[in-house]
Amino acid sequence: MAKRTPLYDVHVQSGARMVEFAGWDMPVQYSGLLDEHEAVRTRAGLFDVSHMGEVVFRGPRALEALNRIFTNDLGRVVDGQAQYGCMCRENGGIVDDVVIYRRSAEDLLVCVNAGNREKDFAWLADHAAGAQVTNESDDWVQLALQGPRAQAILQPLTGAELAKLKTFHFVDGDVAGVPCTIARTGYTGEDGFELFCRPALGVKLWKALVEAGKPEGLVPAGLGARDTLRLEVAYRLYGNDMDDDTTPLEAGLGWVVKFDKGDFIGRDAMLRQKTAGLPRKLVGFVLTDPGIARHGYDVLHDGRKVGVVASGTKSPTVKSSIGLAFVPPALAAEGSTFAVDIRGRPAAAQVVKTPFYVRK
Amino acid sequence: MNFPDDLKYTRDHEWARVQGNRVTVGITDFAQDALGDVVYVELPEVGDVVKKGETFGVVESTKAVSDLFAPVSGKVVEVNAPLVDAPETVNEDPYEEGWMIVIESTDAKELAELLDGAAYRKFVEEEQE
Repeated sequence: MAKRTPLYDVHVQSGARMVEFAGWDMPVQYSGLLDEHEAVRTRAGLFDVSHMGEVVFRGPRALEALNRIFTNDLGRVVDGQAQYGCMCRENGGIVDDVVIYRRSAEDLLVCVNAGNREKDFAWLADHAAGAQVTNESDDWVQLALQGPRAQAILQPLTGAELAKLKTFHFVDGDVAGVPCTIARTGYTGEDGFELFCRPALGVKLWKALVEAGKPEGLVPAGLGARDTLRLEVAYRLYGNDMDDDTTPLEAGLGWVVKFDKGDFIGRDAMLRQKTAGLPRKLVGFVLTDPGIARHGYDVLHDGRKVGVVASGTKSPTVKSSIGLAFVPPALAAEGSTFAVDIRGRPAAAQVVKTPFYVRK
Repeated sequence: MNFPDDLKYTRDHEWARVQGNRVTVGITDFAQDALGDVVYVELPEVGDVVKKGETFGVVESTKAVSDLFAPVSGKVVEVNAPLVDAPETVNEDPYEEGWMIVIESTDAKELAELLDGAAYRKFVEEEQE
């Protein structure tokens, strides 16, 4: 049976449509995907993302151990700051893309994708290198409050000074009497916060935020809107846009690979790939013919299959049909054209700069 | 959920409004609700010939693709072209403004094979169990 977050009953009572995602029974939508998407872009939305996992590294070796597993450089962030990056295998394949919250050099929390909880914990524990590694995935409720009104909604509920909390920084503080870690992070391309609290207090926190958000136009939002929101800003989704057989360089995540920081797992393989040239690249595209590209559709050039669509949707904000696709480097430049095989019909596509949407 | 009694239905969740040999076709309230927000509709052209049970178009929501199946055989004599630019109409008004095509039916026997409102409602309820 699919797992349930502590908020399951609240979702069902609020009329959410539940679907199974990565082994979890999660709300895919409440009022409707487009409505929720628009609320996040213009006002605010509240997501239950408790299916995400948390693994904590502690002890004198914690920072050093994690930095050997992580492609980005935790030496460049300060305590109270978070960083996005990948964990790779020796061959450069991505185990997962994660956000690491540096509470101190001896206490770091790794936020992992729901579908990779067990795989990631095994990988991290195998490479603990003297750090104490704990799987705290069932010990946290995680709520994402996202949208331009997020700060206005959250501030009256907390003593933390949100105006001073910069993007990708976090602080501990009570929210509506619930002890939380308040992080200015998210997966929507809007300003917003991710709140971590104890499972027993998750419902209380959710209800307080929904109530406080009502006058500001906040709505509860599901995984459907989360996916269209993230794709408009070209945030990668593990399982669609990357997997164990994709390197960060292929996935267009070279900016989170810090070759100069010293050795880390996958570094040599990626350096070799960089020298030899990438076999394929993930690019953003728009369809110039009608239709919607979907994960797994073939990319055609001169009638031959040369790549594959990783993610695709009709963009609710910019209205065009957008997507990410793996293509040969020769087709990766902005303005390049190819076709997407939409159930037997070739639809013209053009490579464009990402993100598809930039917040004002 | 609303399944008007003056319409006929298929097990693929299309509705058919039969007026003589003219059959107007759309998708049911159940289908639009299950799909979620419809963002793309692909329809045939006037003059195309469709066959009962075969696909005549595609409807896509932000999360799913679904084929449209002809409830009867015949020639497409009208297409709701505005739907292509306003696919959300399918969600808002599936039985009126959200109609998709009109088929000139060539086989009256096929009409008798369609479900009435009560039978379709029962089918939907059983499918949900």
